[in-house]
Amino acid sequence: MRNLTFKQISSGIGVLILLILFPLVFQKPFPQHVMILVFMFGMMAVAWNIMGGYAGMFSFGQVAFFGIGAYTSSFLLITYHINPWLGLVVGGLIAALVAAAIGYPCSNLRGHYFAIASIAFGEIVRTHFNNWKLVGAAEGMTLPMLEESFRNFMFHSSKLPYYYIMLAFLIISLVVCYIVATSKMGYYFRAIKESHDVAKVLGINVVWYRLIAIMISAFLTAMAGTFYAQYVLYLDPESVLILPISIQIVLISMLGGAGSIMGPVIGAAILMPVSEITRVMLGHKGTGIDMIIYGALITLISVYQPKGVWGLFSNIGKRAK
Amino acid sequence: MTDQLVQQIVNGLLIGFIYSLIAIGLTLIWGVMNIVNFAHGDFLMLGMFTSFWLYTLYGVDPLFSIPVCTVLLFILGLLIYRFIVSKVMKGPMLAQLVVTFGISIFLANLAVFLWTPDFRLIEKPLLHGTWDIGDIKLSVPKFVSTIGSVIVSLFVFLFLKRTKTGKAILATEMDREAALLMGINTERINSISFALGSALVGIAGAFLSTYYYIYPQVGGTFGLIAFCVVALGGFGSIEGAFIAGIIVGLAQTLGGFFIDPAYKYAIVFLIYLITVWIRPQGLLGW
Amino acid sequence: MKKTPFLEVNGVTKRFGGLFANDNIDFTVEEREIVSIIGPNGAGKSTLFNCVTGFYHPNSGKISFLGEDITGYRADKICKMGVARTFQIVQIISDMTVLENAVTGALLRFNKIQPAVEKAEEVLTFTGLIEKKGLLVTQITIADKKKLEVSMALATQPRLLMLDESMAGLTRVELRGMIDLIKKVRDKGITLVVVEHVMEAVMEISDRVIVLNSGRKIMEGSPQEVVVNREVIQAYLGEKYNVVSS
Repeated sequence: MRNLTFKQISSGIGVLILLILFPLVFQKPFPQHVMILVFMFGMMAVAWNIMGGYAGMFSFGQVAFFGIGAYTSSFLLITYHINPWLGLVVGGLIAALVAAAIGYPCSNLRGHYFAIASIAFGEIVRTHFNNWKLVGAAEGMTLPMLEESFRNFMFHSSKLPYYYIMLAFLIISLVVCYIVATSKMGYYFRAIKESHDVAKVLGINVVWYRLIAIMISAFLTAMAGTFYAQYVLYLDPESVLILPISIQIVLISMLGGAGSIMGPVIGAAILMPVSEITRVMLGHKGTGIDMIIYGALITLISVYQPKGVWGLFSNIGKRAK
Repeated sequence: MTDQLVQQIVNGLLIGFIYSLIAIGLTLIWGVMNIVNFAHGDFLMLGMFTSFWLYTLYGVDPLFSIPVCTVLLFILGLLIYRFIVSKVMKGPMLAQLVVTFGISIFLANLAVFLWTPDFRLIEKPLLHGTWDIGDIKLSVPKFVSTIGSVIVSLFVFLFLKRTKTGKAILATEMDREAALLMGINTERINSISFALGSALVGIAGAFLSTYYYIYPQVGGTFGLIAFCVVALGGFGSIEGAFIAGIIVGLAQTLGGFFIDPAYKYAIVFLIYLITVWIRPQGLLGW
Repeated sequence: MKKTPFLEVNGVTKRFGGLFANDNIDFTVEEREIVSIIGPNGAGKSTLFNCVTGFYHPNSGKISFLGEDITGYRADKICKMGVARTFQIVQIISDMTVLENAVTGALLRFNKIQPAVEKAEEVLTFTGLIEKKGLLVTQITIADKKKLEVSMALATQPRLLMLDESMAGLTRVELRGMIDLIKKVRDKGITLVVVEHVMEAVMEISDRVIVLNSGRKIMEGSPQEVVVNREVIQAYLGEKYNVVSS
């Protein structure tokens, strides 16, 4: 296990304390909502990073797992009154299974081909849910208003519990990513990212490890989906299964620094507030200015700083030892 | 019943040849530079809007706006390649994937900003109306667009096979290093291919504008379908893109007919997945 | 009792369309031998490597290692069994350090990082790269990259090491280093099969030489026998050249 330096641990704890205090200081719902989005997209970006930044499978279809998580737990809650925490686990498992099912035939796909396959997958899932009467098709589903409690995973009077739960989820995903990155799996993922030939020649079962990466990623993303459903209390294909969400996840990871543990979180911390604020200030008129800025930003980052924010720091830190 | 079937076949062919033209542009870029242009559909949208504004403001029929679309999109492709795409070619794979997404989002929302998200239509192009052949309805603008697409595709084919530049493009597609060794300026070929691919999809946009709704987000679906067509035909293969376009057009309409119209695009995506799983080189690719 | 053959290649044929890249190739390798495979470009040497190591599946024929039929096995499975190889174009992991590359190889036999790191450092010391363990792969020379690739292969603790043109593009000094390394590897008990073009190296290190031409094995023998063989000379230089007896 890579040893964390004292500096890293103490700054981590410092940030954590700040984050815990944040909603107590900023008590208005909007800043809390923005932070919840930061945590939620941060988690999905961390999840993406495990299969994308580390294992080289650049998925533009993560939203499918987000939607599967959201729909599974919500459906189970609405139809069978199954506790959403249990629904969370079931949603994650189903997402992981679906991920394996689609991931297996795609085992030899890399780069652009894999990316397009993931888009195709995401769109097929969206189309399917859009026409599936069982889950409300295009109209979606509304969650029942249950009594406010942690057990019910539902809170009406304040965003605070949602804030802390999502923060906890984010921390869980970071721990998972850390374990993966500093273990044998992490080395193997990076070998696979380099080339399948390198991986094979070192005795790595490429298909198996790719599936593991996809499944972990899918499970975590689905968890975020369940959270979303419990937070917003309504879901339909247009809100939980659309391609722009997948693209957003990739962008956040790249902006912060794909292939590093904290990179995606940094990316979310930058991008979500920026996009929310510009959306509120400029976007509500439907003029698209916020998205123009967004598109320009993505283009510039791809060209001038593709290693993201983390890449800036690691260039400073990494010298020949 | 059979009449409806024939109608769907006709519709499938009509849209299929347009897909072919769009895909030819994309496969050119992909084959030469190994980069997927996720903004390809948005170039189509720009072609459509160019045609629309020329019609609305100056009364120019879409068919006559083709030269303008060609030049405009060619230049745009050239600029985008030179100032943006060429710079990520040496960068990490992720950057190459994401950059054209960025361009796509930028262009689509620029269109929203400039022209509002409203749906537009060219009400009465020069060649309009419907022909009735028995019980089959053949939309004249669709038919003209289809013929036009075939003609343009043929021109592209001849250009690539007969002209020096065209052959250089094909050579670069087949083996970049060998082309370099033969003295071909592959960087220049990149620019030309990107520009040419963009111009072709702009022309397709002009054709589509004669009967299809024109709106900023229209590029999205067409772009995605184009990837499927290119994959089916074989990355880099012009002939493949041509044939695959027809197949995908038919699959879409017949799939919608036999299964469910709501699934028509899902069927196209399924074709992509099955192609890359079973025969990654596509029908005619290498 | 007959000793279990180390590596046996029987009638291996690999076709690409109408082209027979490997046509009915037979040979065996005894343990602790160094066997070189030579032949003009396009003779099918790398194809043969790919067939043996599981990167290609032969169309017909049989390959067995340590008595087990490995024909058609997955490449990573063959590696686990103890066959390691390098590639003509160096295959290493570019955004890792030298040490991390070696660790990735060593991890085949360990589940924890720490013992793998120890093994990796041991291998890097053996190959002479230990001083550069912290350097990024992008910061080392091509000769070192080749050495690293060999190190990674050695880290998987193979019994058979197959090197594909590991001497290509090296200077005289680097060549000497690689030849000495190969000898050290054999001294450690590892069997070597080597594809090579650099004839001085072949002459020096080989116990036996196998010659391929146009997909077929045309000769097998000691280095001295092979180098004066008429067919071999013609394969490299063409019909016009006659054997010149020394």
